[in-house]
Amino acid sequence: MLIQIPPRSHCPSSEITPESVYLSRRRFLGVAGTALGAAALPAWALADDAPRYPGVEPGRPPAWFAQKLPDTRWQAVEAPGEAITPYRDASHYNNFYEFGPDKGDPAANAGQLPTEPWTVRIDGEVGKPGQYALEDLIRPHALEERIYRLRCVEAWSMVIPWLGLPLADLLTRVEPTGKARYVAFETLVDPEHMPGQRSHFALLDWPYREGLRIDEAMHPLTLLAVGMYGRVLPNQNGAPLRLVVPWKYGFKSIKSIVRISLTEQQPYATWNRRAPGEYGFYANVNPGVDHPRWTQKRERRLPSSLFSPNLRDTLPFNGYAEEVAGLYAGMDLTRDY
Amino acid sequence: MKHPFWRCGVFVAALLPPPYWLYQAWTFALGPDPGKVLLERLGQGSLVLLLLTLCLTPLQRATHWSGWALVRRQLGLWCFAYACLHLSVYLLVVLGLDFALLGDELRKRPYILVGALAWCSLLPLALTSNRFSMRRLGRRWKQLHRLAYAALGLGLLHMLWIVRSDLGQWTLYGVWALLLLALRLPGVGRRLGRGRAAS
Ligand code: HEM
Repeated sequence: MLIQIPPRSHCPSSEITPESVYLSRRRFLGVAGTALGAAALPAWALADDAPRYPGVEPGRPPAWFAQKLPDTRWQAVEAPGEAITPYRDASHYNNFYEFGPDKGDPAANAGQLPTEPWTVRIDGEVGKPGQYALEDLIRPHALEERIYRLRCVEAWSMVIPWLGLPLADLLTRVEPTGKARYVAFETLVDPEHMPGQRSHFALLDWPYREGLRIDEAMHPLTLLAVGMYGRVLPNQNGAPLRLVVPWKYGFKSIKSIVRISLTEQQPYATWNRRAPGEYGFYANVNPGVDHPRWTQKRERRLPSSLFSPNLRDTLPFNGYAEEVAGLYAGMDLTRDY
Repeated sequence: MKHPFWRCGVFVAALLPPPYWLYQAWTFALGPDPGKVLLERLGQGSLVLLLLTLCLTPLQRATHWSGWALVRRQLGLWCFAYACLHLSVYLLVVLGLDFALLGDELRKRPYILVGALAWCSLLPLALTSNRFSMRRLGRRWKQLHRLAYAALGLGLLHMLWIVRSDLGQWTLYGVWALLLLALRLPGVGRRLGRGRAAS
């Protein structure tokens, strides 16, 4: 038997195509495409003419997303010295319990989820509540690429280039009132397309809900993502709209958002309610506070392999302490974990 | 030797999964976190082998085929072997071979303690799975091997503690274990044996 060992596609940030090269390549392809009669091609084929990362499946971005790409600020936030997790791993190793309990379930089951058109209800303590079409929410903003570490509460981590906009920009547009102290988020409920929501043995109650304090929500690192790896979000990663809060455990970064409410009271947070002793409302990455079932002192940076598990020390606030520690001044983070 | 093909078949079927999983881990077919996947497969493998082992006596009673009892020791030892591999993978990929952490983990995490207790109840069974011990222990051998049920209960509790979002898989094992326990009830077991003998 021929034993084939596939090459590891590590992608240090130094290998990301520089923007200038990318732009000239894009321009060239654009011209060539027009010459070849681009009108015959569907929009999504053109939009993804040059994958920015190896192994990225093109996806089928809606027109509004494709139109955003030329003005996107690539690598607006970098992760110096970190190797970007291969796209395949980031898109095939997911916790998204709406699509099933195993890490591979979301990639296997999320394909049929309709994400276009998509509306987001914004309500509560805001001056401009309403049902917004996703494209109307995004249209006024330029997208940014941000390369963030993602630390899961299960002690593994990845490095992912997201595409999105600061949550603060969107919140400012809907004009929070003086009473808005928290932001609550809700995931879609769609049992027809989400098999995990049909399971009779599920321990979570749907919809999945999460929340942030308003100052956390307004922090410049907090991102509303619509894409990753230079493309639209794959369904299993929370298409078409998800939160990314890089200094908190991954479960705070809620996926497939259909509702954003500004509230006076601390909102319901799914895992926090399910097991308050295990998942705090804040859920800041903290090597000093162990989860009862696993240590948080270290993490496996994925991809890991059997004989070099790639274990590394977990950093306070996932390495973003300088930016965010001030939000928690005076709080006892071993109690408010 | 009676039923050589059956015994060899069972041996090979129990032997093959771990090397195959290792090969998959080696070729990245288990995804980006192969250690974790391997850990879970070996844990579930051990539990399933324990459940299978405990099925053999009722099966023998029901069918009067001698082949069932012939693979009982073998399957029991496989269950222990999987448990040992499960433990090794844990030490390697979760603790990074930092054995000082083990005491900490045992103290802080009840599910680890329960897993360790399950392993500890399998250990004497594995050590006494030979003719010599059977002869020496006599009646007490049978009593000692009731520990298999303790291991089953502890293994299930260990797994229950880890379940995060969906109880489906665990319920399957739990119902299987309950059926086995029900068969141990004196009345039920005897009826099963008699029903077949009369026909
Ligand atoms: C010292 C002994 C043991 C240790 C340290 C240990 C440790 C672990 C760990 C760390 C996990 C994964 C937890 C997670 O998902 O985060 C696990 C899962 C599991 N273990 Fe053990 N274990 C031990 C003994 C056993 C034994 C003896 C059995 C079987 C009888 C067993 C069956 C399982 C099962 C079924 C799972 C769940 C796998 C899954 O999630 O799919 N374990 N164990």
